[in-house]
Formats: sequence, structure tokens, C-alpha cells
Amino acid sequence: MTAATNALFKTLSDPTRRSLFERLCREGEQTVWKLTRHARISQPAVSKHLALLKAAGLVRDRHVGRETHYRAEPQALAPLIDWMSLYSAFWRDRFDRLESLLERMDQ
Amino acid sequence: MTEANPATRSIVVERTLPHRPEKIWRALTQSSLIAEWLMPNDFEARLGATFTFRAKPMGNWNGIVHCEVTTFEPPRRLVYTWKGGTVQNAAYGSALDSVVEWTLTPVGSGTRVRMEHSGFRPQNESAYTTLSGGWVNILERLERVTADRA
Repeated sequence: MTAATNALFKTLSDPTRRSLFERLCREGEQTVWKLTRHARISQPAVSKHLALLKAAGLVRDRHVGRETHYRAEPQALAPLIDWMSLYSAFWRDRFDRLESLLERMDQ
Repeated sequence: MTEANPATRSIVVERTLPHRPEKIWRALTQSSLIAEWLMPNDFEARLGATFTFRAKPMGNWNGIVHCEVTTFEPPRRLVYTWKGGTVQNAAYGSALDSVVEWTLTPVGSGTRVRMEHSGFRPQNESAYTTLSGGWVNILERLERVTADRA
């Protein structure tokens, strides 16, 4: 693994950071305040995690007045992902479901 | 099938299932059954039928996959086109223009089921993620990989 890949793994190995990043991926840009409301940790702790995510290139920030808005940069994950195997996993999962449906069906 | 295009890639999944081809064919071609294992859809079991799958919306894409049945040979071969995504989703790759081909071959008392999803181009990479449930899925997989490596 390259140093960059290692840094991504390290950054995302923390469940709190991962859940912040997932929330930004899922719901788009959000303020630190809004992220803190869902995070069950203090605002300074959230900010610290966001700073680490930013250092890894996983989020980008934007200042509007007194508020800082963060958004996900999912492209940063690209080095980690073998795209074809990911899509294969989708179909293997669907085959599993097909098999279980066939078990339930009448002849 | 069109001739192989070296610029595109395919995904092939093959399994031998302990069921007769006719039964598997029903699971592949009845809308309510397809919905149980693949995605919500309005599949019509006839050659030339156009139908849609409803995947999870992503970005500017409403999540609808547009399909057309191009081969319908019960209970052996089923081919449909699979077009989804949108060029407006540029940051996450271009629209997906692909083909899904099912081949059922009797083997003893069971059936060899082969699925080939072809037509992926390098710029479609993000479409994989959309269709496989989005970035959250990636992260779940990543979590497993991370755990394995910890």
C-alpha cells in the first residue's frame, strides 16, 4: 500500500470519523453545528475529527459567516476501491437473494 | 451480443443451482419475483418490452434504470439492456450503457445460471457505486477490509 492509502485507512479506521464521513456522503454539505447534533460528542471533538478527514482529502470545508460547512469528497476513496470487484459483489449479493427466493418458491 | 469491445469490461457470475430452468426462468421474468431478489421493476416478459428498475437515487440521477428486452428465449436465454445514471452526474462518472445477459443450462437435476453484465467503461466507475447502494455500501466494505487489516 502507498503512504496515501495507509493514511486513508488510518483516517477511516475510527468509527466516529467514518460516521461523520458517511453522513456527509449521504446527506450532502452540512455545518459543524448540525453534524455535532447527530454525533453525540462535543463540538470541538467533531471539529477535530473533521480536521483529520480534511487532511486526508476526504472532506472539504467552506466558511460562511461564522459557520463552517463541510462536504464529502468521496473521490478520495478511489485508491482504496477495486471497482470491478465491488460491482461483482453487488451481483453476488443478488444471486444470494435469488437462491433464497428459489428455496421459498413452489416447484 | 455485439462483438466484444476491448474498451469495456464485463462482470460474470456463474452458479449451479438445484432447481429446474423453468423455475429459475420464472424468478428472472416475473416482475413481482424479480422485485424480491433484484430491484423494484415493471418488467414485461416479452421480446422488445421496455421496462425500468428503480435503484437508489444518487445526485442528479433519479435512480431509474431503463431497460429493453433484446433476447427472450424461455427458459434458456434472457438479455436486456441496462441504461442508468446521467451525464449530469459527471463528478461520479458518466451514464451507464450496458447489457445484462442470462443463460440457463440444465446440468443433471439442476441448472447452471450464468449472468454477464457487460459494457462497463472506466468512466463508469462511479455507476458501480450508485447501483450497488452508494457510498455507504463502500464504507461498509471498507470497514470489513479495515478490520481485516487491523
